[in-house]
Order: sequence, then structure tokens, then C-alpha cells
Amino acid sequence: MEEKNFICTACPMGCKLIVRLDGNEVVQVLGHRCRRGENYGAQEATTPKRMLATTVRARGGLHPLLPVYTSAEVPKAKMQEILAILRDVDITCPVKMGDVILKDIADTGVDILASRDL
Amino acid sequence: MKHNYDVVVIGAGPAGLASAIEAKKAGAEKVLVIERDREPGGILLQCIHNGFGLHTFKEDLPGPAYAQRFIDEARALGIDFMLDTMVMEITPERLLWLSSARKGYFSIDAKAIVLAMGCRERTRPQIRIPGMRPAGVFTAGTAQRWVNVQGFMPGKRFVILGSGDIGMIMARRLTLEGARVESVLEVQSYLSGLMRNYVQCLEDWNVPLHLRHTVKRVIGKNRVEAVEAVAVDEKWQFVPGTERIIPCDTLLLSVGLIPENELSKKAGILLSAVTGGPVVDQNFQTNFPGIFAAGNVVHVYDLVDYVSEAGNQAGHGAALFANGTLAKPQKSIKVNAGKNVRYVVPQFLDPQALKDEAIVLQCRVTQPIEEDVWFEVRSESQSIVRRSDRYARPGEMVSVKLTPSMFDDVLKAGELFLDIYAKSEA
Repeated sequence: MEEKNFICTACPMGCKLIVRLDGNEVVQVLGHRCRRGENYGAQEATTPKRMLATTVRARGGLHPLLPVYTSAEVPKAKMQEILAILRDVDITCPVKMGDVILKDIADTGVDILASRDL
Repeated sequence: MKHNYDVVVIGAGPAGLASAIEAKKAGAEKVLVIERDREPGGILLQCIHNGFGLHTFKEDLPGPAYAQRFIDEARALGIDFMLDTMVMEITPERLLWLSSARKGYFSIDAKAIVLAMGCRERTRPQIRIPGMRPAGVFTAGTAQRWVNVQGFMPGKRFVILGSGDIGMIMARRLTLEGARVESVLEVQSYLSGLMRNYVQCLEDWNVPLHLRHTVKRVIGKNRVEAVEAVAVDEKWQFVPGTERIIPCDTLLLSVGLIPENELSKKAGILLSAVTGGPVVDQNFQTNFPGIFAAGNVVHVYDLVDYVSEAGNQAGHGAALFANGTLAKPQKSIKVNAGKNVRYVVPQFLDPQALKDEAIVLQCRVTQPIEEDVWFEVRSESQSIVRRSDRYARPGEMVSVKLTPSMFDDVLKAGELFLDIYAKSEA
């Protein structure tokens, strides 16, 4: 049986979680004080996910960069792949907040959205 | 006298935008926001990371999107913006002297003013780091602006001094952009930013955090070549023998924020020595009637959602003042920082205001307590209200609500005190 340690970020409390795993199967979550914490621990131990925010090159706007973000959390393991794809993106202004810059990035089912008008 | 505007807001960051929007909604006809940048939004525009708006919109937004929603609403309401314009001076009579490249030096007057100038980062001279003075020492926010808005990297190998939120967020951001962050050093024995940022910005990207460590010396002639890190004791004195040279080309500072009050000072507005911001009442009104203050200009917040709330309150008060309907204070009682509390905002309140609606006291704990705690408001003789929580940390603002049911107790109190203590001590 494997044990993994995490600090829970489901709320600002920061509980210290211990997750017991059998292979990729969560056996037990310890140290949580609420349901959200238990779910967080199980997710972290198996497929940790994060929101990703970065910038892409923009032409014809007030600034040379457009801030963008993922429409939902993406697997941590895919972060570098997503960043590599976004490094080659070059968009032309005007752009509106919420515009889809790229659909289904790196086969995650998640879109890349513009964070602002530019 | 004819006023140019009912409410003039100085600063188009989150506090200013919320103030202007609420002032307009509360009945102020002519509302103006003055901003020195070329666009509204303030520092949110460079905070491209997520985590904004969880309270306000129940959504996890990046900073620019949070700002954009307020900008769009302000424009839709017909609020005027004067961009690329610097406020040079304000007077207690609410005359504003402005300067812009387009219009030169000119003045406008307002029935009410909301100060929303935000805050500023502490810099190297303010924390007195010894050593050489080469290029490559920047505040974390400056680096953030360059990387996220202007599009250039300030270095390749970084050391970050201070575990403030901006520093940790920049550690992740720089790593994502291909730089190497060698270390985050924090002089205190605890994190000064939020736990979430420690996990998602440092742990996720294998950036080591060293508590009770600081920079003893900056090394490098023209450009930073290394910093000498050292452990410190409880009194922040260097511990001999713990020195370590960390090669790097850039040192970022994330060592605290100070409310920006040059205008307030010059006008003679009463400032608190602890917060560095104006002393305010429950409407966020300063000691000058008709001049209000909201957001980081009053005290530094950890979440933008609370800044917007403060903006709402100040904007509401300003609109009522401009329309002549803001209740005149009957009595003003002092709200003191009690046991283990660094400061409380507002510093004064009129008990009469509590008759109709709740008043929220915001404060910061001095020493962290990692066990069940009480936040208690009391007079000199009796407890008025207390609520519990599972910890108290300096990095997280604490609020305690006074409700109309406590009106009688507050009315007969000479002064109020807010204490924070462990339940086990009670």
C-alpha cells in the first residue's frame, strides 16, 4: 500500500491529508475535515488537475500579449504540452473577453479563452 | 457653487470601479473615474492567474476577466472615465487638481470623492538589504507587469525574497515561462501569503521555500550574480555559519504592500500609523466629510472580492453624501485593536448606523494561532459578540459582524475592542 501526503486547498484551512492507495485505486483519505477535502485528496492522488493561465502573442492591440485561461481544470501532466501549443499561437486584435482562442486543447476537452478585451 | 461631478473616484482598480458603479446605482448622477494608466482595471490586469471572483461571481476567474466585468458594467451605466490623467492634489473642499498630456493642468470639483489609489510594493531601500547595488533587483509586481503585460523576461535564474502571494505566483509564472526559480526565502517562521498559493505555485513546480531565511548580501557588479542567503533567529538576527551562496541573475522582492496615500497626506487626511491608510468610519468616510476611501488604499486586503465590497460601501456613502442624504454622525466610538490584533477597520463607528444595518469589522491577527480561536468584540466591561474559527493567520483578513441586535450594547460602550485568542486560553 502506498501513501501520499497533500495539503488540501479546497478551502484556506490547509488540512494535511494522507491518501492511501492500492495501485491507482484510492483506499482511504485521512486528515480531512470535510467532504470537499476528501474529494480533493482522492483527486490529487490519482489525477491532479489545475486551472492554467498564461499569455499568447497578440497583434494590433494596446499590449503585445493577450492573457488567456483554461475554461476548466486540466490534468497537471498536460501542462507542458498545453504551454508548448500556446507558445505558437499568434492572434490578431480585436478580441473580446471569453472568445475561444483554441478549442479542445491537447485533447483535454477544455478550451482556451481570452481573459479580457484587447 | 456648481459642481462638475457628484462623485469623483480616484483610481480605476477594483475598489474604484466598484465605488463608481455603486455610487451611480445609489443615485449619484454624474460619476467620474480618474485613472493614470491608459486603460481602467488597475493591477488586476497583470494578475493573469485564476482565483478571482469566487465570492463575487461564484466563478474562478483570472484577474483581467474580473476587472473586465466591472469595466463593462461601469461603461453600461454611463460612468465617465478620464484616463492617462494624474491627480496631483485634492483639497478638503473636494477640489481636484489634475494633469494630463492632452489637457494640461486643470481642476474639477466634486460633491464627494472616493480615494481608491490602491497600494504600492515595498522596495529594496525599505528593507535595507546589504551588498552591492547591481541591476536585477526588482519587486515581484514589476516583474509581473513585464512578463504578463509587456512581454519580456527580467531574468533566467531567480531568487524570491518574501513569501507574499505575488512572489509565489511569480515563482510559478516564471517557471511556466522557462525560467528557473532557485528558492523563495521568508524571514518569518510562517508563510505570509495563502496556503493555496504555496501548494499550487511552489510545491507543484518544485520551488523550495525556506522559512526563517533572508538575503544577507547581494553579489554582482553590473548585474546580480548571486545572493548570499542566511538563516535567522526569532529576532531576525543572522545565524552565523548558515550562509549559502545562491547563484542567480535576478532577485525579486515580495516583502509587503503599503497603501498609497501621497494625495491623502498632502490634503491633511488623518492616516493610521499601523495600516498606512486613512482612518475611516463605518461608511469608509475619512476625517474630511465627503472624502471616502476604499480598498487597498485603506488597508491591504488578501482577496479582491473584499476590495470590491469595500468599494460598494464607500461608493454608496459617497452617493448619499453628494445627494445630502447621508446621516450626520451623532456619536463616534473608537474601535481598538485588542489582544493579538494588529489593527481594525473601521477605526471609528457611529452606533446609530447599527440600528438599520450590520457593520463588519475587518482586522488582522498579529501572531498566528493554529488551533481553535475566538474573535471577540467587547466594550471595556462586557463581551458583545464572539465567533469561532479553526485558526487565525496573519495572511488572511478576519471579519466580525456587528448586527442591529447588538445596538444597545454598542451604544452604551465607551469604546470597542477586538481580541483574538485561542479557545484553550479562554
